[in-house]
Amino acid sequence: MSDAPLITYTHVRKSFDGSAGAGRVVALDDVSLDVAAGQFLAVVGGSGSGKTTLLRLANRLIDPDSGTVTIDGRDVRSVDPVSLRRGIGYVFQSGGLFPHLSVADNIGITPKLLGEAPGQIASRVDELLDLVRLDRNQYRDRLPHELSGGQRQRVSVARALAARPRIMLMDEPFGALDPLTRDALSDDYRNLHRTLGLTTIMITHDMTEAILLADRVAVMHAGRIVAQGTASELADSREPYVAELMGTPRRQAERLNQLLPGDAAA
Amino acid sequence: MSIFSDPRISEALSHLADYLGNHVRVSVAALTLGLVVSFPLAILARNRPVLRGTLLGFASVVQTVPGLALLALFYPLLLALASLSLAWFGFGFSAFGFLPAVLALALYSMLPVLRNTITGLDGVDTSILEAAQGVGMTPRQSLVTVELPLALPVIMAGVRTAAVWVIGTATLSTPVGQTSLGNYIFAGLQTQNWVFVLFGCLSAAILALAVDQLLALIESGVRLRSRIRAALGGSGIAALVAATLVPTLGASQARYVVGAKTFAEQYVLSTLIADRLRAAGLTATTREGLGSNVIFEALASGDIDLYVDYSGTLWANQFHRQDIRPREEVIAELKTMLAKQNITLLGSLGFENAYALVMPRKRAEALGIRSVADLAAHASSLSIAADYEFFSRPEWAGLQKAYGLAFKTQRQMQPDFMYAAVASGEVDVITGYTSDGLIAKYDLVALDEPRQAIPPYDAILLLAPKRKDDQALQAAVSPLLGRIDIATMREANLRAAGGGSASSPPAVARWLWDKIGTR
Repeated sequence: MSDAPLITYTHVRKSFDGSAGAGRVVALDDVSLDVAAGQFLAVVGGSGSGKTTLLRLANRLIDPDSGTVTIDGRDVRSVDPVSLRRGIGYVFQSGGLFPHLSVADNIGITPKLLGEAPGQIASRVDELLDLVRLDRNQYRDRLPHELSGGQRQRVSVARALAARPRIMLMDEPFGALDPLTRDALSDDYRNLHRTLGLTTIMITHDMTEAILLADRVAVMHAGRIVAQGTASELADSREPYVAELMGTPRRQAERLNQLLPGDAAA
Repeated sequence: MSIFSDPRISEALSHLADYLGNHVRVSVAALTLGLVVSFPLAILARNRPVLRGTLLGFASVVQTVPGLALLALFYPLLLALASLSLAWFGFGFSAFGFLPAVLALALYSMLPVLRNTITGLDGVDTSILEAAQGVGMTPRQSLVTVELPLALPVIMAGVRTAAVWVIGTATLSTPVGQTSLGNYIFAGLQTQNWVFVLFGCLSAAILALAVDQLLALIESGVRLRSRIRAALGGSGIAALVAATLVPTLGASQARYVVGAKTFAEQYVLSTLIADRLRAAGLTATTREGLGSNVIFEALASGDIDLYVDYSGTLWANQFHRQDIRPREEVIAELKTMLAKQNITLLGSLGFENAYALVMPRKRAEALGIRSVADLAAHASSLSIAADYEFFSRPEWAGLQKAYGLAFKTQRQMQPDFMYAAVASGEVDVITGYTSDGLIAKYDLVALDEPRQAIPPYDAILLLAPKRKDDQALQAAVSPLLGRIDIATMREANLRAAGGGSASSPPAVARWLWDKIGTR
């Protein structure tokens, strides 16, 4: 892809107050990263590697200590955070659905904040339910606690897409789901990404998921991006932590090939 | 015989519309004020640790002040404010009744509302807050569409607690002059009318439960998005308030208000006076159960028109006099001092209701005690009980000094229970009241007090400044002056304390008038 990058991180640093006596904890240490328009970037790393911090800087849920984050060449700090967030889809780790609002009200929240007419919102909600493959009549009026984990994440994706964003930020969206649901949802999202022409940054701790879904993978460790590239580029990395992470999908693939010899051909 | 045929029940029922109506109005006004103040404060304070600590601390301190004291404190405070406002802006307001009750109760309702609103908002999951921010809500939108609805059950629990507290505590607003269901309780305790006491307690409890359930209905309606439930609850409360307004709108305002303090003799005398006014063709009502400190100020500021006080009480408490003078001199001097405040001392009723040291007759004879001087020799092995104020009154200091009195123990008691306590030997000596009929009933004796350490306590009739030149009023009550002797008053008081149906203040007042009016 030859386009100019849509999202750019330039020498970004961010630290937080640690727990009592621990002093400042560095979450991001001089991070620079480009995400091209239309790209699906997965950010892989362990807990505390700074990957969620990276994501939250993009829609100004937090601001950097130094360095800049730009979208379309504009420093996000020059944009009003509220209108910035309304233009970016965000899928939270646990769904982040509002428990007291129905599925339709959850999905329609951002269009409502943008002042769209109720009739327009209702038809947009139905359209989105179709898009994330939930039956509109069956699910529209349910409350989040009446849904399965997978259904909740589908609603969460629909809500993020409601205001027709160009950018989707996803914080371990499928991490807590059972493997079958996770597989189905990942596939569905991958298609949405392509057909809607989205630019997606997805956080995951699972290298296999990252490789299978994303165009590019960035590996984070202790607040730094230690490697980035396509799956095959990462496979050639000499960085020990990357090699360690790449080891897992390799071993899984070998093991599966041994155990399921017939299936591989079928 | 059915308990419903007891005349005390029908008498209680005849007051219900008035007492309940006033109770609901003062409670709803206080709760509304409390909510209007504490709700925004809680929202303002939730992210400001210093303000939050200060507010919760203040509300907790208020909560530890007993309800009765809190209500009583507002009276002098408002009185001072009213006189300031009169001096500065040319208008005053009544510091009596509704206003102090509403303010004190509103203050009382603040803690549960503040605490539950803050706790409820704190309890909203941070991931939900982040989601609200993430979908592009402003802090205000997040508060209104996400945080408050999610905190609603906890907030409403606070509102319900506040409602129950306010309705319960409102029974204590009777002594500051606000009519409430407490009128049943205060009058019942004073006249040993347990039907009244129970009636007051039960109706306050039922009211509290009903309001609590209506609020619960509103809460579940909002939570379950059921307009019907919310509307039912809301209209229930609206109907309650509306229903209490109806009888008041119809009732004509009585022209003369007769005050009464919190004991049986006062209930009887105020009823007697009101009867006399009505007999003279004037409209009159009584305002009973007023605190000793409240009633004088209420007269001075014209909230009540007349009442009976006792010369020694005014002498010591109002004018801070320590010297002991003969009865006539005290009355003459009081008349001059009161006139400076435009208050008319119309005259004395004829009897004295003084403090006296009282003990069982047989015990006194056995110990050879006839006077306080004799008692002093035995005091170190005896216990004494008095009403709530006596030990802090100048008379007690005077008695101790004059006779060198030092008791083994001293206790404070509800006046109605003192006589039974001394008769049963629970305590050895009490400070009784000379006009009290129970002295004879329990075969007690009031000890002589030869050194006159206790000032005279003639019952005197006081008129508010605005009634100074009211000839009709003065003509109507004059027949009572000098007509009630101590023996008659004692018998009236004994009847009032009888506990039977003939013991209601109106019945005793009628008996008393029959006795003195025909002389």
